Amino acid sequence: MGAPFSWIKPEPHGIYIEPADCWVDPSRPVDHALVTHGHADHARGGHGRTVATPETLAIMELRYRTGAEDDAGQIPHKAMPVEYGETIRLKGGVDATYVPAGHVLGSAQILLEHAGERVVITGDYKRREDPTCPPFEVQQCDIFITEATFGLPVFCHPPIEEEMAKLLDRLRAHPDRCVLVGAYALGKAQRVIAELRAAGHKDPIYLHGAMEKMCRLYEEHGVDLGELLLVADYSKDDMRGAIVVCPPSALNDRWSRRLPDPITAMASGWMRVRQRARQRNVELPLVISDHADWGELTRTIKEVDAHENWITHGREDALLRWCQLHQRRARALALVGYDDEDD
Amino acid sequence: MEEFAALIDALVYTRSRNEKLRLIAEYLQATPDPDRGWALAALSDGLDFPAVKSSTIRNLLKDRIDPVLWTLSRDFVGDTAETASLLWPAPDEPPSPPSVSETVELLSAMNRKSVTTELPKLLDRLDSSGRYALLKLATGGMRIGVSSRLAKTAFAQGFNVDVDEVEEYWHGLTPPYAELFAWAADGADPPDIENLPTFRPFMLAHPLEETVVDLEDYAAEWKWDGIRVQLVRAGGETRLYSRSGDDISATFPELLDVLPMNAVLDGELLVRGSTQGGEAGGAASFNALQQRLGRKTVSKKMLAEYPAFVRLYDVLLVEGEDLRPLPWEKRRGQLEALASRLPETHFDISSVVEATDFEHLSQIREGSREDAIEGLMLKRKDSPYIAGRRVGYWYKWKRDPLLVDCVLMYAQRGSGKRSSFFSDYTFGCWNGDPDKGAHLLPVGKAYSGFTDEELKKIDKHVRQNTINRFGPVRETEKKLVFEVAFDSVHESKRHKSGLAMRFPRIHRIRWDKPPHEADRIEALRALIAD
Repeated sequence: MGAPFSWIKPEPHGIYIEPADCWVDPSRPVDHALVTHGHADHARGGHGRTVATPETLAIMELRYRTGAEDDAGQIPHKAMPVEYGETIRLKGGVDATYVPAGHVLGSAQILLEHAGERVVITGDYKRREDPTCPPFEVQQCDIFITEATFGLPVFCHPPIEEEMAKLLDRLRAHPDRCVLVGAYALGKAQRVIAELRAAGHKDPIYLHGAMEKMCRLYEEHGVDLGELLLVADYSKDDMRGAIVVCPPSALNDRWSRRLPDPITAMASGWMRVRQRARQRNVELPLVISDHADWGELTRTIKEVDAHENWITHGREDALLRWCQLHQRRARALALVGYDDEDD
Repeated sequence: MEEFAALIDALVYTRSRNEKLRLIAEYLQATPDPDRGWALAALSDGLDFPAVKSSTIRNLLKDRIDPVLWTLSRDFVGDTAETASLLWPAPDEPPSPPSVSETVELLSAMNRKSVTTELPKLLDRLDSSGRYALLKLATGGMRIGVSSRLAKTAFAQGFNVDVDEVEEYWHGLTPPYAELFAWAADGADPPDIENLPTFRPFMLAHPLEETVVDLEDYAAEWKWDGIRVQLVRAGGETRLYSRSGDDISATFPELLDVLPMNAVLDGELLVRGSTQGGEAGGAASFNALQQRLGRKTVSKKMLAEYPAFVRLYDVLLVEGEDLRPLPWEKRRGQLEALASRLPETHFDISSVVEATDFEHLSQIREGSREDAIEGLMLKRKDSPYIAGRRVGYWYKWKRDPLLVDCVLMYAQRGSGKRSSFFSDYTFGCWNGDPDKGAHLLPVGKAYSGFTDEELKKIDKHVRQNTINRFGPVRETEKKLVFEVAFDSVHESKRHKSGLAMRFPRIHRIRWDKPPHEADRIEALRALIAD
């Protein structure tokens, strides 16, 4: 038995659990991975065995064809589903429990227990309500490994109802145009659609082709998205006065020329900063994020009240400073490949 | 203030020029005086409130939030006003926003002491968008993608008047431009500026680039290496204006009582010396002129050591007559006649460069570096004098830049459009043989010359190759080579290398070039001109 917590090792390519010989959200292929959620910077293809929620595994199968057979007719990848609240025993006496993170469909925090020590790895999370996934649950632990994507006090995501109202107002003001909403294909797009439905918007919503499969997957997992149509099947005139959802990369792409004079919107936490919206040529910024904002991050650190906080991917400096100011032990982890500013 | 804040936000997010014009015009039509006048001033030249500076805002915020968190936030957002508007603690009571003119009145009344209590009160009366608009207005320079020209064009469109006429009156008037609105919106007589020593907008040139012109139609002049100025005498007063229309009269008092007639003259401000060109009188290098620039008061010693004069290019008005509609050739004739009536101590005339053909002219241009001249100007002989930059009339044909290979050393985030991107680069050259332990010494800084795509790539390079952080500055692994273009290089005590470049910009990004093949300091030193 080594020094306290020596069994958990932050490495540049992920967090390594030594006694179990497995990695959490590794950024390169490994034999044995625990994956928090389906976003590409956390879930990568090519692992030998992946432990994740059934929803995350379904997303990975869709994205990486992890369920494909090899030449010998075998499926080389082993998918090991864990339900929320379920604990599995790993090698070397490590227990892993998957707990809702409230980030996207299937997203989980992973609680690791070994030799009486408890470590929580949040992956990405938020504390706001989201009709597409169960809410974040606070877990007491010794070490809390938190994300910090929006770890600056300027980030304060407004209530999503306000952003929906902004979108619908603009739509009504321009019945001859459409509002094109750039939204990350996994999670953000489905949440925006579900929130539009909750706000009473019953018209068909048009989708970029790249969104279709993920939306169907959400529907199969019980998330009602209302009537969805594909842009490719309709004419410009059909889409006047309608909402169209596409991945952010398609916003200023030639693809959007087939739309009726689109008003370019983007749903992202970065839209809180005007210049960020301008850099992306966004006319209608919608401050909607699936990550915790500054208030949620600091509140969560307080509620979890861990002995030590480890801060990953994002603006670690500011959250580290906040911990210092509030006399909480903290350190920043330098993980590779997590500086994803696209959300 | 709500309408103004809404206008500012709409402008920030609007790409189309026509849409921006429409937004501003509609605001100006719908808003009463004097609010719209103040708004127009804020959008065009910007307002100046001496008590409110970026540092004032920074200090107010640092009293309310941890200084480290402020600095990290400011660094990320890339704009002090916006960072402050986002971080300002929401007031307990619902906001009761002031009008634009009340805001201006309150800001004008603040002094360095009262600003610390009065500005917070104003901020508390506004929501986040209102705070942003307020702080932008208070610190001048909106930086929201609206140029002064665009704001004036919107005014002209909104009230159906000619924008060139607006430009003409503009510099004789002050915010909130009551006479301008009375004329344009209510049909009153146009403002009278004839007896005011008012700045007239400059005629500007396009870079020649690949264009070839026929010397039958174009005259060539030297492009001197000083600063472009306009000297105006009217109503018994003489004023000197810089290219941007700033009044720099106080810096060059020797030029204020030497113009014997009412006139508006266009020329290059230079100091006496022998470096530039072979013309009678001679001029010193730009470096010498720099000793005189930016001073509020001038010592006798300065006046004696660096005497200034104007080398004339053009004449816009003389003794009440507007010569601007005349072709360049005619104006040139008038300028030559006029120059003979001016004291030689403070004026000469920029001569026309004679060349047999374009090829010959090109050879003459190649010699301009030796003569420490910036290059050539080509002016269409029949061109009227028109404010701004019109295609086909005037071209500037600068000497070719100097080039040197440098290694990226430090990077900093940009602001405005480039906020959050690492877009400001410090680069260095080797102080000896890099294979024998030589070091890089910084030789310059550049933030232009690359495309948006290239910026993204360099930004990524900086993020992935950071080896040290000094506040907002990232030190990078010394492995990326920039081919840097610059106009000239001079001795300077500002940098460790003892050198300073003029107009450095990134010419090419040499992803392929190993850093030890970059240039040495000696190579750069050999290019010093003065």
